[in-house]
Amino acid sequence: MGSRTSGAAVPTPDPSRKREGSASRHRRRTGSPRPAGAAKPAAVTLYLPIAELSVNWLVIVGLGALVGFLSGMFGVGGGFLTTPLLIFYGIPPAVAVASSATQITGASVSGALAYWRRGGVDLKMGAVLVAGGFVGAGLGSVLFAWLQQLGQIDITINLVYVLLLGTVGGLMLRESVLTMRRTAKGAKPARLHAHNPLIAALPWKTRFYKSGIYISPLAPFLLGAIVGLLTVSLGVGGGFIMVPAMIYLLGMSTSSVLGTSLFQIIFVTAATTLLHSVDSHTVDIILAGLLLIGGVIGAQLGVRAAQRVSPVRLRLGLALILLGVAGRLAIGLALRPAELFSVFGPA
Amino acid sequence: MIRALILVLALIAGTPAAAVAPVRLITDISQNRIDIIYTFKGAELLVFGAIQYPRGAVPDERPGLAIVVRGPAQPITLRKKARVAGIWINTDSVHFETAPGFYAVATSAPIKSLVDERTASIWEIGLDYLQLSPTSDDTAQVAAFTRGLVDLRRRSGLWSEQEGRIGITENVLYQARIAIPSAVPVGAYTAEIYLIRHGKVIARAATPITIDKSGFERWVYVAAQKNGLLYGLVAVVLALLAGWIAGLVVRRN
Repeated sequence: MGSRTSGAAVPTPDPSRKREGSASRHRRRTGSPRPAGAAKPAAVTLYLPIAELSVNWLVIVGLGALVGFLSGMFGVGGGFLTTPLLIFYGIPPAVAVASSATQITGASVSGALAYWRRGGVDLKMGAVLVAGGFVGAGLGSVLFAWLQQLGQIDITINLVYVLLLGTVGGLMLRESVLTMRRTAKGAKPARLHAHNPLIAALPWKTRFYKSGIYISPLAPFLLGAIVGLLTVSLGVGGGFIMVPAMIYLLGMSTSSVLGTSLFQIIFVTAATTLLHSVDSHTVDIILAGLLLIGGVIGAQLGVRAAQRVSPVRLRLGLALILLGVAGRLAIGLALRPAELFSVFGPA
Repeated sequence: MIRALILVLALIAGTPAAAVAPVRLITDISQNRIDIIYTFKGAELLVFGAIQYPRGAVPDERPGLAIVVRGPAQPITLRKKARVAGIWINTDSVHFETAPGFYAVATSAPIKSLVDERTASIWEIGLDYLQLSPTSDDTAQVAAFTRGLVDLRRRSGLWSEQEGRIGITENVLYQARIAIPSAVPVGAYTAEIYLIRHGKVIARAATPITIDKSGFERWVYVAAQKNGLLYGLVAVVLALLAGWIAGLVVRRN
């Protein structure tokens, strides 16, 4: 893939500057990796061979832990937080996107295995989603290179984030508030199944036994393709869009949704790592490894924290985080950026 | 007799030549090679040396010196954001064919008083005189973008100007420290030393410097560049293994 933003020289306008408390507190403590680093104690600095700059490895592990905590708590991969935070820290965007995908592969394995043992993976559905994901990833890498050439990649990434996070967050907020009200009145929660007439009209219907649905494979294939596109270009697993879509659009039974979604994420993020490795050489193994270490620890804490909170409150919390990120990014798009110029480096 | 005459003639002929015999610069550098390893967090180069005056005639006035350390020139595109329909997006761009990935100049006096403009442009002494080879014809736009680029790179530490920061001892010895940030591009660098009198360069010397990744960092970098597919596969396998092991550990607890 063509040029890559030389992020060291170019602090990309921060998409995440004033996010939720823990994230910004975290950052204030650590500061930026860009200055020559004379003040930094040697023990915590680590040079990243692909990102081509030295970072405070504690910060990266901490960032992984923070995102891991959220993913353990809410059951989402958290790539939508990792990528912007890495970019803010000064990692070149292309490296942040690619390495985040590698990290998600590792972070999804233990969850997917756990669901697999419980029989929570619909293999047939998973295969269709993965097939779609591969096509989407291929298309995405072409699109990504083209937008990079045009110099519009950052703005596109931000716009897509605002749109996606805003929509999904809004839907989840509405759903969780409605459920909470209903539970407060003592009524039973509404069934989440909703058959979409457009999806019902698609041809070649087939039966997905584990998911308990009878629909055209085109619908999950398309969903997989969209998620694959997002994985390649945004460095997200896409769980935050796939899971609601599987529940609300496809009408899958909730018992197989998370396992099948993780199944797709593993394969598509792995393919994404390969694509980026071959095309743009932007996967930083060290960076992904550091994120993974933090992520594993954080996820365990998150899972424990989640056990004390009711699922509907968790969904409400996640909805608020998604909307918060979307809102922050939207403001960032509208405000005059701190840096009007940006450098697009040698190929 | 004839021999003696030739000798005398030679001496007479030689004398004026000796009077304008060139001043020489002797120079050395603390490190000719900077290895980027996993603990790399930037480096500091010490450029030092002596001015060798003909027949040891050290002048009373302080010599004018400029030390330029530069990295490989790169083609870059600089983009500028503007407001379109309420949001800020990249609109204009200027391509620079030869923007140095690293450029640091230290001088013994303010650049404007040290060299005349022509000399500064010839030897690229000072950030105002870099030959960036922009590909646009619009002079006003190029000027604005050049300012933007200089500003960006200055703040990242990749380009710097340290006027009056060369230490000079007895008008003979000189030394300057050049800071190299951790985000420096790898490649072939040079340190150039200019001796300047009345705005003109009267002597110069150059020393090569290599900045390259080394050890494990180099190994990873080369693997990623040369064997992309294998590197990617290894990355995926490592990620899967790490996730699997983490799962095992958690189950045991």
